[in-house]
Amino acid sequence: MTDKAKLARQFIQAIPHAKALGLDLTHIAEGEAVITMPYNADLVGDPRTGVIHGGAVSAMMDTCCGAAVMSHPAAPGGTATIDLRIDYMRAATPGQAITTRATCYHITRNVAFVRAVATDDDTDRPVATAAGSFTVEGR
Amino acid sequence: MTRKRPEPMQVVKQRRDAALNALVSGVPYIRFLNITFDRRGDELTGVLNFDDKLIGNPFLPAIHGGVTAAFLEVTAVITLSWAHLFERIESGDLAPEDILRDESIRFPKTIDFTIDYLRSGLPRDAYARAYISRAGRRYASVRVEAWQDHHDKLYAQGSGHFLMPQDPSPER
Repeated sequence: MTDKAKLARQFIQAIPHAKALGLDLTHIAEGEAVITMPYNADLVGDPRTGVIHGGAVSAMMDTCCGAAVMSHPAAPGGTATIDLRIDYMRAATPGQAITTRATCYHITRNVAFVRAVATDDDTDRPVATAAGSFTVEGR
Repeated sequence: MTRKRPEPMQVVKQRRDAALNALVSGVPYIRFLNITFDRRGDELTGVLNFDDKLIGNPFLPAIHGGVTAAFLEVTAVITLSWAHLFERIESGDLAPEDILRDESIRFPKTIDFTIDYLRSGLPRDAYARAYISRAGRRYASVRVEAWQDHHDKLYAQGSGHFLMPQDPSPER
């Protein structure tokens, strides 16, 4: 693991809200990050169906996108979200973990552009996709 | 011809507050973030009650961007659901305790949601209000703004599209 990836991983693990959601960063390198959020009854949006609330999916995707930016070889340090758009394709299956893969596909001196896809166990049918722009902060 | 006497204030307040409480407190994720709603007539203001677990950047510190996204989305969905159910609550057709129990009561589903982060969220309470730009039979368009100290200095704004629950045969 490169130093930058190690730093980003430590940073993600130090985020109180990432801890509250139980986020697990399983891969981070070269502008790509993968985060898994285990199923948790506290994050349910409709108690009758047990489906995870879209807001929790947004929070995970935002974290994953930020991690992808920080791990990009051209990113000198931290980042903050400028704008994030989430499209919800379907309800996540109750009881299953949700995994987001984010890619920082372009970066300039000031702005990083990121895409992300979230899936549950059925990896062929996305639960949600995201597209965002992020700041590029100095060290 | 005599006009029907207006209901006593307490009856009106009790009914509306019970309905709003049923709509909000039954959702685990809203409790998890500790979002509450202030009501003035039919106007709702979402309140994100600050807690350390909402922090995203511990060095600043600042509220997590994902929490802000979720706060705006929750405010949009609750405001839209409230507007959608309000007439039925007022007429007595829908009892507050049935809102989360009745299988035929469905909530609007988010199709997409976009958030602009205007300022970093300070480690204190935040407020949000949603404006329904259009609520059609199938789709609704909602705009949300969030602030902390000054309402005219928004820290985030959002907009989204929602699929309205389909009556009378609700999808499952």
